[in-house]
Amino acid sequence: MDAETSPVTLQNPPEAPQKLVYRSRLPVRIWHWLNALSIFALLMSGATIFNAHPRLYWGKFGANYDQPWLVIGKRGQEGFLALGGLEIPTTGFLGYTPYSTKAIPPLFTIPNYYSLAEGRQWHFFFAWVLVISLIAFLIYAILSKHLSRHLAITSEERKPSHLWQDIKQHARLRFPTGEAARAYNPLQKIAYLGVIFVLIPVVILTGMTMSPNLNAAFPFLLDIFGGRQSARSIHFLCAAAFCAFIFIHLLMVVLAGPINELRSIVTGWYRLPSARKDLL
Amino acid sequence: MISRRGALIGASGLLLSGCDRITTSPTVRKMLTLGEKATLTGQRLVTDRNALAPEFTRADLSPRFRVNGNFMPKSPIHASHLANGFADWKLEVGGLVGRPMTLTLAQLKAAPQRTQITRHDCVEGWSAIGEWTGVPLALLLRQTKISDKAQYIVFHCADDFSGIPYYESIDLIDAMHPQTILAHTMNRQPLPVGHGAPVRLRVERALGYKQAKYVMRIEAVASLAGIHGGKGGYWEDRSGYQWFAGI
Repeated sequence: MDAETSPVTLQNPPEAPQKLVYRSRLPVRIWHWLNALSIFALLMSGATIFNAHPRLYWGKFGANYDQPWLVIGKRGQEGFLALGGLEIPTTGFLGYTPYSTKAIPPLFTIPNYYSLAEGRQWHFFFAWVLVISLIAFLIYAILSKHLSRHLAITSEERKPSHLWQDIKQHARLRFPTGEAARAYNPLQKIAYLGVIFVLIPVVILTGMTMSPNLNAAFPFLLDIFGGRQSARSIHFLCAAAFCAFIFIHLLMVVLAGPINELRSIVTGWYRLPSARKDLL
Repeated sequence: MISRRGALIGASGLLLSGCDRITTSPTVRKMLTLGEKATLTGQRLVTDRNALAPEFTRADLSPRFRVNGNFMPKSPIHASHLANGFADWKLEVGGLVGRPMTLTLAQLKAAPQRTQITRHDCVEGWSAIGEWTGVPLALLLRQTKISDKAQYIVFHCADDFSGIPYYESIDLIDAMHPQTILAHTMNRQPLPVGHGAPVRLRVERALGYKQAKYVMRIEAVASLAGIHGGKGGYWEDRSGYQWFAGI
């Protein structure tokens, strides 16, 4: 039977594999992996630095005799995380594990033993990688129009009804298919723009605010973040936000098809997902 | 047969030993020092070398200022000085200077003074605000006619860790900075022994380990190479802490 005359095949296209599209250009892919590497190195060496004084404060100063808003510690053989007045037992995970008495155990730190000096060497090396690659990426993203064409949220997408629709689709784990999957969806754009224009800049600026030498040259940084200890607290909250982003990002990759997603961020080529049968 | 548990332990062991190989590799360590060099060069490039560290008011003082480093030097000489209120104590200023000097605590207190309320930042992450009074280091260095060949100022201290004496060093940018003082007074009281009595260095744009306590001798040098481990400070020599402690 001729396909043209069959209503069934018209509605339900043949099971031919969907076409491969070139979705991510080389500079975007290089930045993604350089950024992934530096953020992992920064999170893990930052954990070593946190272990030197696992207490966070608000304000200009804060040390052992002052009131912290967050503490990760141990009492005997029990680990805990104290957040304000709330104390959460974390034995075996934070504060105390059978093989570590540090706030964050060595499995999550660089180096995988306690050395503040070495942790700092790693942290400041990758801080430079983060800063330089972000600047290079931003220049590329603006000049190549990657920012305006692929990342900017369109006026249509900005409508609350559109966003609500996208949230509902995400909650049902229904991801765009066919041609619609070529572009980032609105929630994805918000997440990426948030990392590029809020999270990374704030983590860099709060890091700089902890530098006594930069405090002398740029004292307004202290005013922006409310003092050095507040900047330190915000710096670690950013680290927690990076962890949350990475978790959701990887979850989305797994749910959307890990092989296809990985191929697209390694080679640039992405296979457009077929339309779901339940929608037809 | 290999159990799943055994395989997991084996795999994580392999992964950890891989990590160890990376973190202890001399090539990797050398590469990482590039970050430190970039930080020193970058910060010196974009910051005004005379920019003052933020100063605070008495309302900002930490209610209790914790001690960093040693609480009490173990040296018998320091103990005897402490016992008689540092009446016979003398500070030596020498090295690459035209006119070496020794100064008593009374002479230091009689010199022009600077008082500043500043924040002390430990490399571990905590901060405390205190009021310090002392003699600007630049004043002493000018009086001793510091040589053009001098590149660093080294502070030899009375305290030690397991018998290895504490020392620190700063470059001339920090040494000649107006807030760099030899403090003998803290929060309007004679400097307590935990905070470095009789005299500690305050170099306000650097982390806590640079703020040498129990200073006995100040030496102007052209290079740090011949001094102790050669890296410019006790913690730099012992644990590989960064000589530039501006961040």
